[in-house]
Amino acid sequence: MNLLGVLAAEPPIQKVDLPKVDWAALTPILILIGGALVLLIAGSLLRGPRSRKVYGPYSALVALAAGIATIPQWHRVQDHGAFTTVAGMVGIDGFALFATATICAAAFLAVLFLDGYLVREDLVGIEPFVLLLISASGAVVMASANDLIVMFLGLEIMSIAVYVLAGSHLRRARSSEAALKYFILGGLSSAFFLYGIALVYGATGSTHLATIADYLAANAFSNDLLLLAGIMMMIVGFGFKVAAVPFHQWAPDVYQGAPTPISGFMASAVKIGGFVGFLRVFTTAFDIYRLDWQPVVYVVAVLTLIVGSVFALVQTDVKRLLAYSSINHAGFILVALAQSSQEGTSAALFYLVAYSFMVLGSFGVVGLLSRRGDGRNSLADYAGIASRQPLLAFLLTVFLLAQAGVPFTVGFVAKFEVLMAAVEGGDWLLALVAMVTAVIAAFLYLKVIIAMYTGTLSDKVAALPRVVIPWGAKLALVIAFVVVVGLGIAPGPVTNLAEHATPHLIALGK
Amino acid sequence: MLLATETVNFPLLSALVILPAIGAGVVALIPSRRAATARNVGVLFSLGTLALVVYLVIQFQIHPEFASGGANALDHANGFQFIDRVVWLKQWGISWHLGVDGISLWLVALTALLVPIALLGAPVKSDPKSFAGWILLLEFGCLGGFLALDLFVFFVMFELVLAPMYFLIVGWGGPDRRPAAMKFFLYTMFGSAFMLVAMIALVVLNSHSTGHTTFDLIALANSPGVANTTARWLFLGFAIAFAVKMPLFPLHTWLPDTYTEAPTAGSIIVAGVMAKLGAYGFLRFGVYLFPEAADYFGPLMVTLGVIGILYGAVMAAMQKDLKRVVAYSSVAHLGFIALGVFAITKISITGAVVQMVNHGIIIAALFLLVWFIETRRGTRLFTGLGGMQKKAPVLAGLFILFTFASIGLPGLNGFVGEFMIMVGSFATRRWWAVVAASGVILAAVYLLWAFQQTFHGTPDPDEAVEHDLKFSEVAILAPLVVLIFLIGLYPRPVLDRIEPSVQNLQSHVEKRIGVQHEAPPGAVRVSHQTSDDTSKGEEHR
Repeated sequence: MNLLGVLAAEPPIQKVDLPKVDWAALTPILILIGGALVLLIAGSLLRGPRSRKVYGPYSALVALAAGIATIPQWHRVQDHGAFTTVAGMVGIDGFALFATATICAAAFLAVLFLDGYLVREDLVGIEPFVLLLISASGAVVMASANDLIVMFLGLEIMSIAVYVLAGSHLRRARSSEAALKYFILGGLSSAFFLYGIALVYGATGSTHLATIADYLAANAFSNDLLLLAGIMMMIVGFGFKVAAVPFHQWAPDVYQGAPTPISGFMASAVKIGGFVGFLRVFTTAFDIYRLDWQPVVYVVAVLTLIVGSVFALVQTDVKRLLAYSSINHAGFILVALAQSSQEGTSAALFYLVAYSFMVLGSFGVVGLLSRRGDGRNSLADYAGIASRQPLLAFLLTVFLLAQAGVPFTVGFVAKFEVLMAAVEGGDWLLALVAMVTAVIAAFLYLKVIIAMYTGTLSDKVAALPRVVIPWGAKLALVIAFVVVVGLGIAPGPVTNLAEHATPHLIALGK
Repeated sequence: MLLATETVNFPLLSALVILPAIGAGVVALIPSRRAATARNVGVLFSLGTLALVVYLVIQFQIHPEFASGGANALDHANGFQFIDRVVWLKQWGISWHLGVDGISLWLVALTALLVPIALLGAPVKSDPKSFAGWILLLEFGCLGGFLALDLFVFFVMFELVLAPMYFLIVGWGGPDRRPAAMKFFLYTMFGSAFMLVAMIALVVLNSHSTGHTTFDLIALANSPGVANTTARWLFLGFAIAFAVKMPLFPLHTWLPDTYTEAPTAGSIIVAGVMAKLGAYGFLRFGVYLFPEAADYFGPLMVTLGVIGILYGAVMAAMQKDLKRVVAYSSVAHLGFIALGVFAITKISITGAVVQMVNHGIIIAALFLLVWFIETRRGTRLFTGLGGMQKKAPVLAGLFILFTFASIGLPGLNGFVGEFMIMVGSFATRRWWAVVAASGVILAAVYLLWAFQQTFHGTPDPDEAVEHDLKFSEVAILAPLVVLIFLIGLYPRPVLDRIEPSVQNLQSHVEKRIGVQHEAPPGAVRVSHQTSDDTSKGEEHR
């Protein structure tokens, strides 16, 4: 930043020290971006129908490899503590790695669903895979950003790819509409976010999270309007990405319009990106100002919980319904975030893991049942479908019950942990509101389940052939099911990881 | 004397809780085309569970003696036996912690008995495989709920029963099953939401004062705990959940629909067993965890119970559907149980526990009989019934027998529980007991009325195709008949096992509230207890 100043002051050309880059620490990001670029190049060289079959599995492997690449880093962080690289711009700590692994898992499942979906819709091409991997890498950058500028870069890498993905179903008008809506509103929110960064920089003189925290700890403002305005604008920016009320308006339209596996990806990986950014910035840099931003997040959380559950009641489209329910889930995570405590952060992380698998599983099944053209998503189309597709109906039931928070599913443990964190922070009223909205939300999941099991199959649906589940979707569904039920019974391993994933967040230095 | 459970390494309680869950899994794996086999396997698993429970009842010791010390010393000191404890979620102090005492013993026995009866007595035509699976899962939840000594485990089980019950109603229920199922699920889940928050608040507050987080019921009950004013709020959180589940007036409105629309086997379990989870919860997690609050809210709860008795009776008398009569009679009987629990005397609580078991037996039999009538006449409405006695004397005889048991005729089991509740509550809640007594008379009115409308009069000649009970149907009812006489004429073995546990509970309550008095000796228990409790009541008010 002061490079120009340095040059001006000392005429003889000085050797500029390039920041030291710890390449090993960046392997997950490098794998994702490198994998995407290789695919882009190879896709333009290789032509012919046979090579098309490779794109999906290849992309899935890339996501998997990126996820696995976090393991050695995790051990390194656990043994030697958190560290920063690229001149302090990127911070590698348990939190970043945990989030990275979750994002990669979400991308992995989304790719598996996407593969069969593209074949069914005759949309086979490399672009969706490339964009999905790049978007995931953006989310990973957000997770490990240690500087607001890097955070913004990650946000944009993630978002721009997703804008295109939302519109990637070329023959569906709704898909294009969703992309445009998402793009315009997303651009607006990015502007808010960037302006927030500028104001915070104006107030504190830095965009580096640790420096901001130090500055705020060492100095008291006589007038902190600038900083508060910046913080509020950043809440708007993050609130938009995580679809928190009142910045949620885009979500139902976009989730409904986007190709279903992409909706699943947006609801999981993109949301994780938004939330981990939110968590990192607010619980590290602005932790000292928590008394100022907590009330705002409280209000947003309560609104999100209520709107997410109540507005979902009147929906008749399953994808819209899932969109509203994901707003309700965001409310739960905001409750955990509002605590700005270690328990809260690890609860939020666990909720994100749980939520990703539940929601990807749900959207996965919905995508399969939506049939060619991605159009059969109304509740009427789900009537009596259990008699025709017993396995898919059963899986969707499990994923929906998990979202409702029924015991022995991961959804229950996640809600439980958030409530623990909230009550620990003294917010039992917030916890109560959250639980009551969870009951209201349960109503809508039951609506879908009832339709599937007791409705009468409409003639149109009965005339369609049975859904053939492609291998990728099969694998993804099995994984999602095993995780949702397995972590519901024995959540210990992941909750332990989530607990180890937070302390470094606070201790992160330059 | 044998040192109970310390020498028994086999985790009996875990085995009998998990066996139905395994059964459900096995049933699910059997291919749908062999549905009959699947159902039989389901029945076998429920009978296996029953066998384990019979073994448990035999091995249960009235006055257990344990080697001092050991990991489970606190549990033993609080009167629990057959302790199983495995750490589940370490960071929150949650264990898979099961144990049985005289209160839960009979409820477990009731559950294990009613499940095979429900499966065998009221089979379904469509998809018997899934039906058996859901019933077994329901049994898993109920057994786990009764035996849990960890708040988290209890909550999980308490919530778990919702899903199978929901699917039973949706899949095999009556014509209005969808709204009924929805109402049932949302009502109960709404109640549980309050309990979950209250439970977590209790644990967190306790961890703030003691320094370690635990969901262990006994540790929480015996720790210095939270301030009385806070405890009252927490108690209310638990109470809402239990009042919904039980259900207690005015949170009972889901009950008539659910009981009526559910398939008969579902009705048997929801009324016979699941409702007891609520009543049991009041005892184990309401009174035991928050003695002061339970005493403070006692008048309120007892009032609701008594309103339930009268309201249930009046509503039952007005119904046109035989199954709804039985459903509303349940509201009345559960009101009695609430009265017994919140009178908080030893006799009334013992009576309440006995009444829980009795009500389970009687209502199961009545639902089965209603089902037998329905399969013969094709209707449950009184307009389509009438004059069945001549052609079906055995059915009529059994119906009147269980009706009498339900009314509380001396010599049958219903009498024992209601009498003890009345005697026990007279000491502390005199006027409520007086009003409640009128409920017994009302019960006679509506049940005999229902009997008359069903069995007397001249049958409609077009519909008079019914035949009497088959041998298999009588055989299914036989164990229940035996039990109503056994408990009615010689309740000692049952009471002997309940009383020490209730005594434990009672002394725990007194210790926590701060009233000191000696436990009355056995023989003149009634008079002593009465005077003691009166004095306790006066000190308090």
